[in-house]
Amino acid sequence: MTLRDIVRQLGLEVVAGAGWLDRDVSGGFSGDLLSNVLASARPGNLWITIQRHVNVVGVAQVAGLSGVLLAGGEPPAAAVLAKAEEMAIPILLSRDGAFELAGRLHRILVPDVR
Amino acid sequence: MQEPTHGGPRRLVHHVRAGDIEHGGLASAQIKRQLSGLGVAPQDARRAGIIAFEGEMNLVVYSTNGGTITVTVSEKLVDIEVADEGPGIEDIDLALTPGFSTAPSWARELGFGAGMGLCNIQANADWFEIHSHIGSGTRILCRIERRRHDASGHRPTTRT
Ligand SMILES: Nc1ncnc2c1ncn2[C@@H]1O[C@H](COP(=O)(O)OP(=O)(O)OP(=O)(O)O)[C@@H](O)[C@H]1O
Ligand SMILES: [Mg+2]
Repeated sequence: MTLRDIVRQLGLEVVAGAGWLDRDVSGGFSGDLLSNVLASARPGNLWITIQRHVNVVGVAQVAGLSGVLLAGGEPPAAAVLAKAEEMAIPILLSRDGAFELAGRLHRILVPDVR
Repeated sequence: MQEPTHGGPRRLVHHVRAGDIEHGGLASAQIKRQLSGLGVAPQDARRAGIIAFEGEMNLVVYSTNGGTITVTVSEKLVDIEVADEGPGIEDIDLALTPGFSTAPSWARELGFGAGMGLCNIQANADWFEIHSHIGSGTRILCRIERRRHDASGHRPTTRT
């Protein structure tokens, strides 16, 4: 499944990296402690977080994540979006909270689980 | 930054400023890109990127005057050195304990301070050394043994 499919199905706003939505998503990871994400997120994962500062872009880039899904509505600062664009990291935005988003993402990425 | 070389190993040196959270992680992102550009396999570039990121953020959060990340790439190895000149670590065993952290509250609010950075560095290195003394600073040495691969990123097939 691509980021584009997920954007459409979850009704997300694309605030950076619109040019890379054809990227495949290998799974999801949810968390706000950066070292925990670096330890446990797998390459190609879409990362759900409430953090929205510039280090998020660095984490996503070094960990080879497919993109970042920001929970809770507020868009990040313009400088963060510019960095994401430069680093080819799509930033997706939703008003929903992380729990809700993780549930909905899980349902479409792992549809067999009841 | 990339220093001119003539054949042999390539050395990349990045300076990191103390407290510079606005650029934190960006040297590491650049290092990962540079390694990919030098033909390092994606999995190895990822490991190096994670090591560099954890080292870089520790320089930003804890060092007195910043420090340097030096990456040396040769045919078989990627060596990463993260060095600063203080304050140094009082109890290295404690610092290496998962969950131990002295991160200040401003860093914790940004999602740092899980006490997992040095563990992540160790987990991604094939070889790891840490030297630290109060007053003289901290030096971390890591080595990644590169996977053999061709230009397409595939590992070579051995024929017998
Ligand atoms: N370069 C350094 N100089 C001085 N102290 C350091 C340095 N690097 C690490 N430390 C000490 O070691 C502790 C553990 O570091 P580590 O990177 O494992 O975790 P952390 O930085 O606290 O949290 P995380 O990396 O998970 O965000 C730090 O809290 C700090 O006390
Ligand atoms: Mg750390």
